[in-house]
Amino acid sequence: MGYRLPCGVRFPTTLTPFSSPEADAALLPLQEDSLGALTVYVIPETSPLLPQGVGVYVGKHRSAVMRCPQGPGDVLAAVSARVQQIVQAMSFTTDSITAALSDRVPMDQLGTDTRRPFKSSLGYEITFSLLNPDPKSHDVHWDIEAAVSGYVQPFLDKLGSVANFSVDSQILYYAVLGVSPRFDKASSSFILSALSLPHVINPVEARLGSSATSLYPVLNFLLYVPERIHSPLYIQDKDGAAVGTNAFHSPRWGGIMVYNVDHPAPDKALLPLRVDVDMVRVMEVFLAQLRLLFGISQVPLPEEFLLESPGNKGLTDWELDRLLWTRTVENIATVSTTLTSLAQLLDKIGNIVIKDDVASEVYHAVASAQTAMLELASGHLGSAFQASKEAVISSERAFFDPSLLHLLYFPDDQKFPARDSLSV
Amino acid sequence: MAWAVAAVLGLLLLLGSPGGCGGSPGPPRDSLREELLLSPLPSGDIAATFQFRARWDSELHREGVSHYRLFPKALGQLISKYLVRELHLSLTQGFWRTRTWGQPYLQAPAGAELWVWFQDSVTDVDKAWKELSNILSGIFCASLNFIDSTNTVTPTASFKPLGLANVTDHHLLRYAVLPREIVCTENLTPWKKLLPCSSKAGLAVLLKAERLFHTSYHSQAVHIRPICRDASCLSVSWELRQTLTVVFDTFSIGQGKRDWSLFKMFSRTVTEACPLASESKIYVDISSKTQENELLEVTPPPLSVHEASVQGDRRTYAVYDLLSPLLFNVSRSLNVQLKWKRPQDSLDLSTPVLHAQRYVSGYGLQTGEISTLIYNTHPYRAFPVILLETVPWYLRLYVHTLVITTKGKENKPSYIHYQPAQDRRRPHLLEMLIQLPANSVTKITIQFERALLKWTEYTPDPNHGFYVSPSVLSALVPSVLAMKAEDAEKSPLFTSLFPSADGSSYFVRLYTEPLLVNLPTPDFSMPYNVICLTCTVVAVCYGSFYNLLTRTFHVEEPSRGGLAKRLANIIRKVRGVPPL
Repeated sequence: MGYRLPCGVRFPTTLTPFSSPEADAALLPLQEDSLGALTVYVIPETSPLLPQGVGVYVGKHRSAVMRCPQGPGDVLAAVSARVQQIVQAMSFTTDSITAALSDRVPMDQLGTDTRRPFKSSLGYEITFSLLNPDPKSHDVHWDIEAAVSGYVQPFLDKLGSVANFSVDSQILYYAVLGVSPRFDKASSSFILSALSLPHVINPVEARLGSSATSLYPVLNFLLYVPERIHSPLYIQDKDGAAVGTNAFHSPRWGGIMVYNVDHPAPDKALLPLRVDVDMVRVMEVFLAQLRLLFGISQVPLPEEFLLESPGNKGLTDWELDRLLWTRTVENIATVSTTLTSLAQLLDKIGNIVIKDDVASEVYHAVASAQTAMLELASGHLGSAFQASKEAVISSERAFFDPSLLHLLYFPDDQKFPARDSLSV
Repeated sequence: MAWAVAAVLGLLLLLGSPGGCGGSPGPPRDSLREELLLSPLPSGDIAATFQFRARWDSELHREGVSHYRLFPKALGQLISKYLVRELHLSLTQGFWRTRTWGQPYLQAPAGAELWVWFQDSVTDVDKAWKELSNILSGIFCASLNFIDSTNTVTPTASFKPLGLANVTDHHLLRYAVLPREIVCTENLTPWKKLLPCSSKAGLAVLLKAERLFHTSYHSQAVHIRPICRDASCLSVSWELRQTLTVVFDTFSIGQGKRDWSLFKMFSRTVTEACPLASESKIYVDISSKTQENELLEVTPPPLSVHEASVQGDRRTYAVYDLLSPLLFNVSRSLNVQLKWKRPQDSLDLSTPVLHAQRYVSGYGLQTGEISTLIYNTHPYRAFPVILLETVPWYLRLYVHTLVITTKGKENKPSYIHYQPAQDRRRPHLLEMLIQLPANSVTKITIQFERALLKWTEYTPDPNHGFYVSPSVLSALVPSVLAMKAEDAEKSPLFTSLFPSADGSSYFVRLYTEPLLVNLPTPDFSMPYNVICLTCTVVAVCYGSFYNLLTRTFHVEEPSRGGLAKRLANIIRKVRGVPPL
């Protein structure tokens, strides 16, 4: 015997036929818009707001609209089951939290997806490099500044609360991939098979260089224009089919895309050929790879869900929240491993001197980590993330302080002869 | 799943297109020029100077520039982060013998030399200097991280900026020399990586380490400075010059013969110019002293000849332009060969106008004297020279013993700046402006005392000696010929190294030899000796004492003996011999 609960409606009083994105935008001022919170609106089964066959509409801010499931039985239970589904999709799950801990706590049963995203760090450097191994044949120009300010910068601005970003670009000439591609007669093109892809990166990396001025991890995105004699060049995946975007990425390193140039017939050719790179195509691929490398991956949704496109920024608010949840947990795990290592080191080697400022950093790190855990328990995501970031900064400063190593190396067996000769 | 994401993003990219392609200016232009100068030296050796110049028309400090093309990214980031106005770094092995080889275009002291002018918006110059030297040591694989306050000085008059400058507060300048630094392939490789064509095309193909280090003098340098973008000088461009000078010795490489060719020197020939270079030329110095007929024959015949007045002399250069299509018509590779038509007389050796020498004299390990001899061989013109000496703190200079004599008479300098040393913190700095009369030798002597260092401050090989960095002489030498100022863009790179003030004199910077001074060295084997002696004495004394005190004596009963002994005693009794 259940009880019938009338399906609640929260709408503005004027009821004009809205489309779902407009409704989402109209409802935005009604929410408190606090970091980490989700609002679910339940509408009647027969409402025309959602298109036919769609049960849930997930907006690009922190809200979702769902149809009230009609049917026999307990309506409240059905509603709460569906809300549970929505929360699993839009916010964190136990799997995602354990994946965040996979670096710090040894676990074997996780998949390769967990090792793809970069570890949590205070800042990142993103470098776009254009590799032109054949400047005699191709005179390549790319309008990277406009592309960065138009496509990449809005995405990074949205992620500004997570870390500091700096973007730069360079053009490298005579930089070849370490692997020579095979010629495939069937398609009369050159092929890079999936097995040879891991060998591509090492020879190029010597030319790329790391940032001279900062210690943040670097994400490298390379755009390779193959030589005239090796054109066109396609990447093959494990099944032997050509990859649609002609690009691949390497976990925790970056991505490489191959850009093929059309050559006119040889008798009309005038070397070098001027090539203007189509930045839209290139930035599509690089942005997708950037999202994957940050761990913003698609969660498989049930069929009735409709996802709204994130728009210009490339990232929805709830995806950002999901990232912040995992980052906070990862930061707290990092702090605990760092401080534990420091304590174990002190136990083993009695010679290390801990100065007062190092001690105060350790206390601060512990206090911030405890604050972060309390805030996480009460669900305040913003303050929890800030506290965990401070905890990481303090613990790194304490662990890597140069004064710890001053009196480190004076082995005990060297002390006795010196003392003996002095006493006699 | 990936394509779903791509589809989502494709949608967003179509919606969000970048704005403002119409009004925004294009990316800053940059250009590359490369050049090789071959100059046969009077002693039969040959000097090869490579210069690669990348010019970038952008204001690195004002706009947040971070998109690089020909200018290397590592150096561009360094300039923006540390607000560097000028940077000069050189790594040299060997010494340029000015007396036998002539005046150098750009000399560098033995070891590593780094001098930097910072912008006036830098708040803490020393901190920026320390971080900059550490990062450069990582980029060039050289031990520049040993630059600290004990070998850094702030010259007041010697190292004026070579590029555009409106503020010349000398507190923004730092200068350091590491005379003990060695140059090897490990330093050449990162230097070559900074070139856009990176030893795959153009003149950089000739830079192979096994030939370049088989030379009497090897110097590689990086110079970064701001220059005027055009004649009106309304905006600033950044110039990066990478220079490499090597001198091939006629006896070890040339096998005694004085004929040279590119293949003999570098074991490679040039096949093409760098596609990114706007200019790529080889100059060969074919000027002759007598002007009757040429001494030197150059094959293949050059396409053009360039005349220039360089360092007060009228010189003629044969030019090979690698970008002109006529050059590679006959053969695909270019091997420039130089042959001497007649043997060169020793009269052709002309002494350079300014050269110097420095040495240490004295005896024992307590005191000594540093003497510098400066020669002015100009027949009738006198000119002033600025001498900069940096002496480490452990050679305590006595400035009251400074004596400058010219032709037997005392010569008082018109400007002296002396900064005494502080133990373990700062070296001595002595800068003087000395007038050199025509055709004279000036001798500068100063006495010093050697200090005793703490036992941890000695290097692992203290008996090798301690280096004193070379002293620097900067002068505007009057020239016989009037030189007209040429446009920097059209003239060869080796003429535009130093900004020319006017046509009547040219700027020269010379370095003297580094000195090697022995300091009183303690005997480092003493701790080992003491330990051995102590342990032996303790063992012998204590051992004997212990034995004496604790040894106890037992009385032992003689035993009766076994069966064999009794039988032997019976036989002996029979024989009449005493028993056992």
